Amino acid sequence: MSALLSLAWASLLNRKGSVILTIVAVALSVALFLGVEKARSGAREGFGNTISGTDLIVGAPTGSVNLLLYSVFRMGGATAEVSWPTYQKIAAREDVAWTVPIALGDSHRGYRVMGTNLDYFEHYKFGGGQQLGFAQGKPFDDLFDAVIGSEVARELGYTLDTPVTLSHGLGAADLGSGHENRPFRITGILKPTGTPVDRTVHVSLEAITAIHVGWETGAKNPLADTIPEEMIRSFDLTPKTVTAIFVGLERKGTILTTRRAINTNRGEPLMAIIPGEALAELWNVTSVAERALLAVSAFVIAVGLVSILTSILTSLNERRREMSILRATGARPHHIFLLLVFESGLVGFLGAVLGIALIHGLIAVLAPLLQAQYGVAFSMGAPGLVDLAVLGAVTAASLVIGAIPALTAMRRSLADGLSVRL
Amino acid sequence: MRQPVIDIRDIAFAWKQGPQVLDIPAFRVDAGERVFLRGPSGSGKSTLLGLIAGVLAPQSGSIHVLGEDMSALSPSRRDRLRADHVGVIFQMFNLVPYLSVTGNVLLPLRFSPARRKAAGNDAEGEARRLLARLGLEDEQLLKRRVSDLSVGQQQRVAAARALIGAPKLIIADEPTSALDADARDRFIALLSEEVTRTGASLLFVSHDASLASLFTRAVDLAAINRAMNRAGAAA
Repeated sequence: MSALLSLAWASLLNRKGSVILTIVAVALSVALFLGVEKARSGAREGFGNTISGTDLIVGAPTGSVNLLLYSVFRMGGATAEVSWPTYQKIAAREDVAWTVPIALGDSHRGYRVMGTNLDYFEHYKFGGGQQLGFAQGKPFDDLFDAVIGSEVARELGYTLDTPVTLSHGLGAADLGSGHENRPFRITGILKPTGTPVDRTVHVSLEAITAIHVGWETGAKNPLADTIPEEMIRSFDLTPKTVTAIFVGLERKGTILTTRRAINTNRGEPLMAIIPGEALAELWNVTSVAERALLAVSAFVIAVGLVSILTSILTSLNERRREMSILRATGARPHHIFLLLVFESGLVGFLGAVLGIALIHGLIAVLAPLLQAQYGVAFSMGAPGLVDLAVLGAVTAASLVIGAIPALTAMRRSLADGLSVRL
Repeated sequence: MRQPVIDIRDIAFAWKQGPQVLDIPAFRVDAGERVFLRGPSGSGKSTLLGLIAGVLAPQSGSIHVLGEDMSALSPSRRDRLRADHVGVIFQMFNLVPYLSVTGNVLLPLRFSPARRKAAGNDAEGEARRLLARLGLEDEQLLKRRVSDLSVGQQQRVAAARALIGAPKLIIADEPTSALDADARDRFIALLSEEVTRTGASLLFVSHDASLASLFTRAVDLAAINRAMNRAGAAA
């Protein structure tokens, strides 16, 4: 066995050039497959890490995935809101420990603006229970204070005390923003979290109300900007509605009954979701696309394996003589078979090892960049079970595929006998 | 009477759908003999060697090699018999291109535990001793790629490979036809010396009748092969 393995190794070394090309082809296909897999699991992990410690998210009735997407991931928008009295009712429930109301709908240069209260900084947790931390400054205090996420600060070059104005809706920055006469002052910059929080501008709920004074009809009253700031400050700025509410419960055990109570709320219709459950539903939706991607990259591995087959098959003609020599010196047909199977297996194994090294190297170099640019967190660290499984599968598949040229060579060597043909 | 190493009786062989190539009533090689088998190309020499080496099987008749009835053995037992007891030297291109000189010499030991045992614990040393006796002792030479060796050197490497592990029968199929006269005579002398020393039998096949005197016995394939005679008569 080892005699043949070393023979296979020597034979591969003799054909270094074409063998290395084949190994590289396999390596690239394996790296692609693992890259897709790691991006997929990284995205899942990133999504899963975005919210933690929140038992329920309450909003107006919609799809549970939709509610999760707009309340936590700042994707899409709410079609309806929850009235303030209803929010107060939920906050006052005996089984509810804390609530964080949020109001969405405005933006700043492409980044979402979220109105909330100070409880947010205390109760919103991510990445398995980490609290939001301040890189600089402190939570908003004054009506026109804002706290920005790390990416907003980095991308827009904002520091503490930079004045910012908000835009109504989610439109691009320069399309006549609407709130340009109500400038905010940055009082805090959050530490990076790797979640949508990094891309959010946080203000108080009252501020959201304040900048919409004069917008009661849904569009801006031409006189809205003439109302002086002092006058606005004297108004009752309690919000009329909130977009969603993060809820923490006194006891986790009541989660299902509390959800049921909220879902069947008499009066205003409501919807409560469990973040983990909604996330699982989201994965159900995306898993089709994930599987398609994985299938495509698995096919690329198959192409890599076929390139092993091609390289060995094309070498067989010129190796006919070598096979006869081996037979003459005592190799039995199964030795010829194993020699070629081992060659194929070695190429597959080395290709997979190189591919794994390649993707881990790439991730090590590119992960910070990808995280910053796209928010996709690649799990770093030593090769894991997935890598081992791919290594095993590719090696096994290349051993199996090697049987094709191996059978050909074995049959030929039996027919050729000792008469060495040129 | 000495035990025959090769004992052929009434064998007939034809390739698929081809005419009969061999029809040999009797041919034998005794232990320790160095037999010269003369035959022009196309006379069925290589086919006969294939039968003796056990990679081909005759349609009828019997071949005993080292007392074993080849036609009664399974293909894999015939392979093992060859691996353990037969060394083969071809006309040219004898060597596996990706193995070193000593790697080529040691090749049969990979496939035969019996020859591994016979070669002793220091197989590498045994390979070097054999190469040295065949005139290949230069360290630099041994380090070269086998394809960079001269044909004469390659043939001597092939001879060392056939001899390692003390097989009882050496089959040489036109091993000198690519060599010049000087190299040819020296090759045969060295090979004969080694065969004699190890007590093996040698079956040396060539079309060159002038070599016959260098062997203990010479046989003309045309004289023992009735298939040839018939073809000749028909022509």
